[in-house]
Amino acid sequence: MSVAVAELATRSRVHYLNESYGVKSWLLTTDHKRIAILYMVSITFMFLVGACAAALMRIQLLEPAGAIVQPETYNKLFSIHGIIMVWFFLIPSIPAVLGNFLIPMMIGARDVAFPKLNLLSWYIYIIGACFILYTLIYGGVDTGWTFYTPYSSTYSNSHVFGAAAGVFIVGFSSILTGLNFIVTVHKMRAPGMTWFRLPLFIWSLYATSIVLVLATPVLAITLSLMAMERFLHIGIFNPAIGGDPLLFQHLFWFYSHPAVYIMVLPAMGVISELVAAYSRRRVYGYAFVAFSSFAIALIAFLVWGHHMFVSGQSVYAGMVFSALSFLVAIPSGIKVFNWTATLYKGSNSYDAPMLYALGFLGLFTMGGLTGLFLASLSIDVHLHDTYFVIAHFHYIMVGGSVMAYMGGLHYWWPKMTGRLYPDKWARFAAFTIFIGFNLTFFPQYILGYLGMLRRYAVYPAQFQALNVLSSAGASILGVGYFIPLVYLIWSMRYGREAGPNPWRAKGLEWETASPPPRENFEETPIVTEEAYAYPTRPRAVRV
Amino acid sequence: MSESAITQAGRPILEEHFETLPAQEEARKLGMWVFLITEILFFGGLFATYTVYRELYLPGFTQGSHFIEVKWGAINTAVLIVSSLTMALAIRSVQVGKRKGTTLGLLGITMLLGVVFLCIKFILEWRVDYLHHHVPGINFDYAGPHAAHVKLFFLFYFYMTGLHAIHVIVGIGILLALSYLTWRGRFSPKYYSPIEVAGLYWHFVDIIWIFLFPLLYLIGGR
Ligand SMILES: [Cu+2]
Repeated sequence: MSVAVAELATRSRVHYLNESYGVKSWLLTTDHKRIAILYMVSITFMFLVGACAAALMRIQLLEPAGAIVQPETYNKLFSIHGIIMVWFFLIPSIPAVLGNFLIPMMIGARDVAFPKLNLLSWYIYIIGACFILYTLIYGGVDTGWTFYTPYSSTYSNSHVFGAAAGVFIVGFSSILTGLNFIVTVHKMRAPGMTWFRLPLFIWSLYATSIVLVLATPVLAITLSLMAMERFLHIGIFNPAIGGDPLLFQHLFWFYSHPAVYIMVLPAMGVISELVAAYSRRRVYGYAFVAFSSFAIALIAFLVWGHHMFVSGQSVYAGMVFSALSFLVAIPSGIKVFNWTATLYKGSNSYDAPMLYALGFLGLFTMGGLTGLFLASLSIDVHLHDTYFVIAHFHYIMVGGSVMAYMGGLHYWWPKMTGRLYPDKWARFAAFTIFIGFNLTFFPQYILGYLGMLRRYAVYPAQFQALNVLSSAGASILGVGYFIPLVYLIWSMRYGREAGPNPWRAKGLEWETASPPPRENFEETPIVTEEAYAYPTRPRAVRV
Repeated sequence: MSESAITQAGRPILEEHFETLPAQEEARKLGMWVFLITEILFFGGLFATYTVYRELYLPGFTQGSHFIEVKWGAINTAVLIVSSLTMALAIRSVQVGKRKGTTLGLLGITMLLGVVFLCIKFILEWRVDYLHHHVPGINFDYAGPHAAHVKLFFLFYFYMTGLHAIHVIVGIGILLALSYLTWRGRFSPKYYSPIEVAGLYWHFVDIIWIFLFPLLYLIGGR
């Protein structure tokens, strides 16, 4: 009976989801929460497209001679998979969905600093996505997500222009989002919300925004130069007429290495929140975790050459880039150790978001450590362009970022929708994803170490067993992603009422109703305590 | 708070998600600064690429640079610097509450100088380059020494000055909109952040030109 009463209470209360109805009220909204939902729907759609490409690739690799498609088609599959997953799913995932929803709520603001600009960045994202879908429908692109010249600028016969235009355009969406977040964090904090009271999620998204604003324009200019080379055949990047293809790689990776941190830093922010909430402790070494985000953002700009150890860059440059790349391990290690220290002797509970956080800790560490292999000059000569690299960055991007996104989505879902999802299913899905992921990508470490090269539609017969294992894992992973899609949608209608704070977590976002009202808080909150101010529990004394 | 009730020309000037007017004004200024940082990296990638090729192919780039006229580049530099001055004076004028006409006049001169810049650029420079068959991809025809590298130089010349010209055009558009709002009486010493922010942008576009001029016009000694 009480459920029914609560149900009625929510129905009658005005919140951001029911304050207005209709397509127009969504497409013209300037509410950061609604824009977050728009992004969530869009990136989920793009994720499904990218995942289909991945599924076809894994089916193809079931047989050494290739099971279903021609090599040309295979090239298009891995290209579109990479392009969509990097620019149309991972980069906007945590910032544009969770960041958009949470940054104003966490700092006690009514909205981001520039709400109209926020909506504009979603529209720019959609225009970019249309270019990519157009490319896909009219024949695809086969350059790989890296658009290396002179192949992309001179020799490829596929729709390079459409794909590059899509990426160029979506870049401006990221820039505007980053700009908005930086100004929001600086100028919109509630009274009493000092920098060192900010949740760590805010610190890491702030660092991410800096990288977005500094790195993305360089990608834009690089892609435009590549497109010009393609039209005018002037020789900017074509060695046949005096150009330098290595220069393209320098410029591309000047963006694309930092882009890795655009994808990982927000994930680290989510993990800080989850670890604190489910161990009911303040994150150990708050300041270290906060500043390590900036250290990562800074070092991110100094290591791009580690993608070019075998591209013909000078040996001395290679040595410097190798040494600098090792530095990234320090701030990353600081974070991992601090999270572990937080969990140690915490009052841990293992709800679904926490399972994702624990999954992140293991998988990210594994991805990070194998990154050190690749940062070593001599080992990279052996491992470069093999499946070892594929496994490494999927451990970071999927094992790290996607796990964190899923964890964050589960953690804040009750806030976003006002409903709880079935916890048993959520935990089951988290386990399925963890198992499926490892089955998919761990064999790829071995394959790469044994010498199987990436981006080939066929492979020597002795690699078949591990490839079949990887494809089997991918199907489990696919099921793991499908389950949340079902129960999360189900929960929007049938889930139990969440109430303002179902996890009894700290943080301003939990102090307002779920779903929050349009203006987030009934009245502007005044902050008087630090982040994660969980009551300290007297330690049990052992006799 | 009464600030939400402050209106200028019938419209509230404080957006509802800001607590106070100073907070809103500061947010806008910071937003523009962050945008300009993005712009620096945008042009920076181009400057870096240009520098690499100028290093590699100095003779060809010098040769190419000799085909463009320092005179017009220098005059345009002066035009933009003066326009920056009038822009700054326009901000000052609204800040200290001078008559609407003064502000409008200064904004008008700024836009006019922008148009002069574009006319010199398009009519006296680009059109002549076109007539001399110096436009890569359209009619480039030069068979002297270092032909490929001269072509590369002209590509950078057109791309960099073209990108800059787009920024000037956008700037003129913004000033046009602000002139209209000034005429409608939207701005006062209490509220003038749009003009101030547009000024930041305008100065930035000038500074880019200050870098472009020596990079493109003054290489190889004359
Ligand atoms: Cu890298």
